Amino acid sequence: MNAPTPKEICCRTFRAISAGARSLVTGLGITGRYLTHPKTIVTREYPDNRNQLRFAERFRGPVAMPHDAAGEHRCTACGLCEKACPNGTISILATRNLAEKRVLGKFVYRLGQCTFCGLCVEACPFDAIAMSHEFELASDEKADFERVLNRKEGR
Amino acid sequence: MIASLHNLSAAELAARYPATHPVGDWVRAHLGAAGAFTVNALIALALTTVFVSLTALFLVWMERKVCARFQLRLGPNRVGPFGLMQTLADGLKLFLKESFMPREADFFVYYLAPLIPITSSFMVFCVLPFDHNIQIADPQGGLVYLCAFLGMGVFGVLLAGWSSNNKYSLLGALRSGAQMIAYEISYVLCLLLIVLASGSASTRDIVLAQHGTVLDWWLFKLPGCGVLGFIIFIISSTAELHRAPFDIAEAESELTGGFHTEYSGMGFSMFFLSEYANLFVTAGLGATLFLGGFLAPQFGFGPLDHALALVPGFVWFMLKVYALIFLYMWLRWTFPRLRVDQLMALEWKFLLPVALGNLAVAAVLVTLGWLIP
Repeated sequence: MNAPTPKEICCRTFRAISAGARSLVTGLGITGRYLTHPKTIVTREYPDNRNQLRFAERFRGPVAMPHDAAGEHRCTACGLCEKACPNGTISILATRNLAEKRVLGKFVYRLGQCTFCGLCVEACPFDAIAMSHEFELASDEKADFERVLNRKEGR
Repeated sequence: MIASLHNLSAAELAARYPATHPVGDWVRAHLGAAGAFTVNALIALALTTVFVSLTALFLVWMERKVCARFQLRLGPNRVGPFGLMQTLADGLKLFLKESFMPREADFFVYYLAPLIPITSSFMVFCVLPFDHNIQIADPQGGLVYLCAFLGMGVFGVLLAGWSSNNKYSLLGALRSGAQMIAYEISYVLCLLLIVLASGSASTRDIVLAQHGTVLDWWLFKLPGCGVLGFIIFIISSTAELHRAPFDIAEAESELTGGFHTEYSGMGFSMFFLSEYANLFVTAGLGATLFLGGFLAPQFGFGPLDHALALVPGFVWFMLKVYALIFLYMWLRWTFPRLRVDQLMALEWKFLLPVALGNLAVAAVLVTLGWLIP
């Protein structure tokens, strides 16, 4: 390989300088656009905007059990979520209905132990549970951290 | 020399831009020369102190606000309208904090160091021409004086780093010393360029030498050299100010603040104050040297020029200064930082030769009279 001639070195240097200058100007353009377009602000002023909070679709809050209009949930007390949970957060206390069929008695959910991993929701074959968008969870009552998710026994 | 470069003679300029302020005249008329010597100086001192403090408070707020918008944030907005009182609250907090000194630190030097940069910024304030009659002192060697005091700031940084008895402080101070000594050369060469062009080192004469239209500002009047000189000035003064992309002296991420790591309370706030006072001073210097200082921009179009000339020079000066300050902030929050070796290579291998060549070319241009008419 030949050593670069002075001309080549000159060309390379000037190319480097102009490319660098151009990239710096591009950067200035981007920040300048941010400055002049207030719509680009991503900050949300949380306590002031509690009424118009927007959540990402996959936001993982505490586990909740959706109930339909008739107050029915879809849990069959199969226990897959209980098995999927790595922390022992969920206890399915099953019971038997009049037909001696195994149904849900209590869906016990211990918020204090939950890491919001979402494995229970993935494990559920009936979409009976979901990750809610609740997030103001602080409390000084121990009872608030041990919830029963179903509103009534059975199915 | 000055008179030859534009259409007004030195006497006409002096008549159009009187150097004495009505307040100073009043004091002189009522107290005599000896009394005015003291009273005028005290007035100037009081005004400078108030102005520097308020400017620093405002600039900190402005920096936080501008930087927040560059980073898609809102910035301070809780304390007072638009968060304007935020820096006041922070200042109050710093006042109340304990001024802590590490064990084995050098007591005298440790407490002396924060005072040096703030002193130098105050001293430089004296020669800034805010308006044709708002300037505390106008020594003939104004720029020499200015270089001396701008260079003094590095002592504060070096002494603070040395006396703190902390390895991060010392490293930051050493880097800072190397950086400031290196970039001061290009900086002073830029000042020399303007002294060469205007034939005077007095800041007032430099501004008056740019009398005329916008094209008579040194930024444009020296064809090519003015713009190049201005770019070099911006780069080297950013380095002098320790602002990103030349902030290796502070380097929050690696040196936890560099030379002022150990300072808290008023010691830290003195460094902080001087940082922003220096920002104002440097921008004021840039406006004075390249952008016509307190002169109103004139475009050679009668009615518009008359309207613009009605606005007081002080307002024009502040507008130009804040435009430059905004430029500094824009650069700071956009550009990536340089490594120490890159920083030194930029100065010694690139900026210094370019500044020297620029000065030589400008000397030829001025001698031959090849200026933008």
